[in-house]
Amino acid sequence: MSQVAPAAPTESSKLAPAVELSQVRFRYEGGPDILHIPSLVVERHERIFLYGPSGSGKTTLLGLMAGVLRASEGSVQVLGRDLTALSAQQRDAYRGAHIGYIFQLFNLITYLNVEDNILLPCRLHRERRTRIGGQSLAATALAMATRLGIAPLLHQKVANLSVGEQQRVAAARALIGMPEVILADEPTSALDYDHRQRFLELLFECGAEAGSTLIFVSHDRTLLPFFHRAVSLPEINHVRAA
Amino acid sequence: MVLLSLAYQSLKNRQLTSALTLGSIALSVALLIGVEQVRLGARESFANTISQTDLIVGARGGALSLLLYTVFRIGSATNNITYASYEHFRNHPAVAWTIPYSLGDSHRGFRVVATTEDFYNYYRYRHDRPVELAEGRIPADIFEVALGSDVAAELKYRVGERVVVTHGITHGRGVLEHDDKPFTVVGILKRTATPVDRSLYITLEGMEAMHLDWSEGAPPLAGEAIPAGQIAQQEIKIKQITAFLLRARSRIDTLRLQREVNTFEDEPLMAIIPGVVLSELWRTIGYAEDALRVVSLFVIIIGLLGMLVSLYTALTERRREMAVLRALGAGPWRIVLLLVLESGFLSMGGAIVGVLLVYVLSFLSQPIVEGHFGLFIPIQPLTLTAYLYVLAVIVGGLLIGFVPALRAYRNSLADGLTMRL
Repeated sequence: MSQVAPAAPTESSKLAPAVELSQVRFRYEGGPDILHIPSLVVERHERIFLYGPSGSGKTTLLGLMAGVLRASEGSVQVLGRDLTALSAQQRDAYRGAHIGYIFQLFNLITYLNVEDNILLPCRLHRERRTRIGGQSLAATALAMATRLGIAPLLHQKVANLSVGEQQRVAAARALIGMPEVILADEPTSALDYDHRQRFLELLFECGAEAGSTLIFVSHDRTLLPFFHRAVSLPEINHVRAA
Repeated sequence: MVLLSLAYQSLKNRQLTSALTLGSIALSVALLIGVEQVRLGARESFANTISQTDLIVGARGGALSLLLYTVFRIGSATNNITYASYEHFRNHPAVAWTIPYSLGDSHRGFRVVATTEDFYNYYRYRHDRPVELAEGRIPADIFEVALGSDVAAELKYRVGERVVVTHGITHGRGVLEHDDKPFTVVGILKRTATPVDRSLYITLEGMEAMHLDWSEGAPPLAGEAIPAGQIAQQEIKIKQITAFLLRARSRIDTLRLQREVNTFEDEPLMAIIPGVVLSELWRTIGYAEDALRVVSLFVIIIGLLGMLVSLYTALTERRREMAVLRALGAGPWRIVLLLVLESGFLSMGGAIVGVLLVYVLSFLSQPIVEGHFGLFIPIQPLTLTAYLYVLAVIVGGLLIGFVPALRAYRNSLADGLTMRL
């Protein structure tokens, strides 16, 4: 079963930035503001590095961009569509269709094998399936896995994979069906230096091929030189940590 | 579809717990349906202990006790009826056949039934099964006896054996033995899985001959006993019997005959319709069914609660999985659906396995149950009630699935994309 996601508005999509936040405030019900971001614009095909110390609201901000959380005030536009105007269901479908998400760890559904994990977005969302075109799902998964160097693992159980391999599977899953936006929440923090380099290179290459915009969140500033632009969350967030 | 496959693979991943949960549901379904099948089988078996007999006639007394001592060989008659009355009805134009019974003696706890060859010709049980001989022939002479199959099996008697009948109904050796007039086994009946198997069958003349020299219910005094060798079949006049079974020529005659028997002027008689009294009897002992049913309902509830526990505890470990699914764009309601599908799989699988289990078990146990309890449990398609039980288990399972599912829903709303352990 696949839900129909609201399409990104085609008229303005050539011009609309990948993500645009304006006057966004977010607080949990009854709590104080956690985020207040007057403005943040991420252009299409940009590779931005969003950093800040732990607890500075990085994951919350990603949650807003992914549409899992809803801004208390202001607008969060993704590909020209204001997520705050969509219902929760529509936001879920929109995320599934247009956004790839990579976690820091434990990205995979443990009871599915590698291939099924990679293909999950295509099975959950028709748009992701459609963008593959005429190619079969298995062939697409194989191509993606080959690109990321995990082709021999396709039919393995996820539990047998190393952390580095798991993150590459996660990347494959985020990239399959060419979503316009990739949100990555510290995906390299569990990897050692060599694996981190290799993972980033692959992520960038494949992201560029898919034409995706990458928003990469981390507290590790040594990664900064790899990105087009860096944004410090504490600087754009007008809520001061107590 | 993708959720179905996710639910399936997730259950498969937790193979042991899933199998145990499914197994416990299957067992409770099997118990529930098994009880239902046994209940029906027992009722069917009970109702078919005797068939084709329209009326049972005996001395006036309790309807139930007449049924019990004629069909089930339980208890005894307080009065006999005269042979003349019996002959009156045997020769009645509306009567198709009769089977006379003369009861009251026993052999090592088994009842001795004196009857005529009409018993072997007309007696039917389980719709239209006749009484047949496994070996030998039917008793024809005064001191000949045929054994019910249980009697032969338990006492290990063969054809040719000498049998001494005890006066009155006692277990083991009685106080008064008819040891001056032993009987010879001439035949052994085939198994019927009814009380027929637990009796010995002699002729009416044999019964009369044993008591020929008795007077006023007491054994003959010394010197008054008549030796067995001096009794000739032709000389014996049968004076009384205990009861008789009757088949009317047509169904319509049954009620008329019953009235005629009940208002018979020569002596107080009573006629009962076995089916009617059987179902009354079944109703009185039927409370046991309700108790069984209540017990098996509780077993079902426990089975479903077991599933609830196993799904609920698994939730804690599955919060990450839920976060991943949410990140992939699965809404909270899809997560609810996933978990409800899992419980649906378990309860449906449990129900199917349970039903199969019932059939396998009843197939395997049918001969054993028939042999040990004389209860023939037919292997038959599920009854409507059984289908309702299965449906109730599946629906109950789905509903119970909502408990962990709604919990997961709340978790996933609160957790969002945060990876909680």
